[in-house]
Amino acid sequence: MADQLNESTVVNKAPVIAPGHNFATVTDKISSIVLTRPISNGWVVGFAAMFMCTMMLLYALGYLFVRGVGIWGINIPIGWGFAIVNFVWWIGIGHAGTLISAILLLLRQSWRNSINRFAEAMTLFAVACAGVFPGVHTGRPWLDYWMFPYPNTMSYWPQFRSPLMWDVFAVSTYFTVSLMFWFIGLIPDFATLRDRAENKYARMIYGLLGMGWRGSARHWARYEMAYLLLAGLATPLVLSVHTVVSFDFAVGIVPGWHTTIFPPYFVAGAIYSGFAMVLMLAIPIRKIYGLEDFITDRHLQNSAKVMLATGWIVAYGYAVEAFMGWYGGNRYDQTLLWNRLHGPYSFWYYSLLICNLGIPQLLWIRKMRNSPVWLFLISLVILVGMWLERFVIVVISLARDFLPSSWGMYYPTRWDWMTYAGTIGMFLMCMFLFVRILPMISIFEMRTLLPEAEVKHKK
Amino acid sequence: MKTLPIYGTMAEFASAQQLVDAARKTHSAGYTKIDAYSPFPVEELAEAIGFHKNYVPLVTLIGAITGGVLGYLMQYYCAAISYPTNIGGRPYNSWPAFIIITFEMTILFGAISAVLGMLALNGLPMPYHPVFHVPRFAFATKDRFFLIIFATDPKYDAQGARQFLEGLQPQSISEVPS
Repeated sequence: MADQLNESTVVNKAPVIAPGHNFATVTDKISSIVLTRPISNGWVVGFAAMFMCTMMLLYALGYLFVRGVGIWGINIPIGWGFAIVNFVWWIGIGHAGTLISAILLLLRQSWRNSINRFAEAMTLFAVACAGVFPGVHTGRPWLDYWMFPYPNTMSYWPQFRSPLMWDVFAVSTYFTVSLMFWFIGLIPDFATLRDRAENKYARMIYGLLGMGWRGSARHWARYEMAYLLLAGLATPLVLSVHTVVSFDFAVGIVPGWHTTIFPPYFVAGAIYSGFAMVLMLAIPIRKIYGLEDFITDRHLQNSAKVMLATGWIVAYGYAVEAFMGWYGGNRYDQTLLWNRLHGPYSFWYYSLLICNLGIPQLLWIRKMRNSPVWLFLISLVILVGMWLERFVIVVISLARDFLPSSWGMYYPTRWDWMTYAGTIGMFLMCMFLFVRILPMISIFEMRTLLPEAEVKHKK
Repeated sequence: MKTLPIYGTMAEFASAQQLVDAARKTHSAGYTKIDAYSPFPVEELAEAIGFHKNYVPLVTLIGAITGGVLGYLMQYYCAAISYPTNIGGRPYNSWPAFIIITFEMTILFGAISAVLGMLALNGLPMPYHPVFHVPRFAFATKDRFFLIIFATDPKYDAQGARQFLEGLQPQSISEVPS
């Protein structure tokens, strides 16, 4: 009994950073991954595979541009297929990065310092993957500039009352702000790499990116203020992005879309899948690069708890959807509910329930939260589940709307799957490059976590 | 700033605490043109060297307000003046539908102002700076802490500054050529 108690207290207080580190070891350990560690065969093979996936994406898109969207499985009534499903899925994954870097910063959760950098990188790459889909979904990407307001000879303007226009602004603002947040966080670390690099060109490139950062107290004061303000601005922004994405559906009148629960439930789902992706990346990365001292079990446990909490918000969303379908008395909503449970896509709906509600309940068990292997597998299941959720929302509602005469089925083609798999490849390829080119853990923020960084207040 | 053969005198410390203490002493000894360098943000340091006026919040606020106003005016101009479309008899200036883009533009301009304002006020990018002449200064981005008294300080003379800094028990002292 006493032993058990002891063990659980130890587990609860797993440190954010392993003992025995100081400024120099933290700096050397993280910067050496970028500067001196030789490129392993595993990295080359992994990068090459993901590079080939990216080429497959380009091939699929090239063929799309030649032939048009007819190569996809979409048709009336299901005019929104994989493009929107994958867009929403990727945007959702991106949310964890901003949540970790901005919201947890404002909440003074300092454990975030060791995972915010690569979570932000993940956000950027995920939003970039998401951006592919609205860019190509018409099959005519050369007309994408029509999305933006610009003076033109036809003297007309975008329809600002449309949620799709809101989406353009929300997503592009999100990408820009995430990029700036990430870059600003990197400046002091670029300076560290500049001063550590042996290679002349590395020194030059990191020197240029570091902008001549020298760590002056005045600079730090303005820097910290700007960082805090960015966090303050990014916090409502990240909550707004998936809200706006959910408006794409909720403003429409299609059964299953036209509900007020969508914004909070989309945001929770986004954070749910985002943390799953963070764990799926963090667990192998910390193993391969020996970063268990910095990305400790505490980080994995906390992420697991966030997933559990947001998973239940998502569960609440499903429950409200089903309850309102039944209680609202609207026959189209009732039919939709019946269709989800018994219609042609019921297999997808039950798979979704198992992936998002069933299996993640294993996270209640402490042993599961402490086991990287199990966390990895559960995260994979959650990511699949969240993809299914978007599929269910988009496809089931469109397949069975008001009139039986306009019912139809949707069968994704190989081009749909190639495009989807291709974006996963592009995402992972960017991650492969990121871990070797940039410090994947924020070095200067790690220094602030060390006990020796503390300064007594003026007496 | 007139060119001087010497840019300042720099002392090196081993910990953040020592640097903050030294900076406080230097500032209260009457040196006003001083700066401190640390590998991570130390909250007390800015105050210790007498830095109080941080304009980043003001710049951000102005940027955010500008973004919000421009965002709304853009939509008002497009939807109500240049290309009015009657949709179900709704007013051209249908402000509830314009809230989201106004909000996004507020955030976008605020964030850009915070970043560019911070860089501009800090005078960055500045790839060359005299302090980089000091070889030990490479450790300012690792685990060392530096304090400098600039030659432009009215109280500054090379000998006196060195003696004063020696009294603070630093790890090393170097003169920074300009």
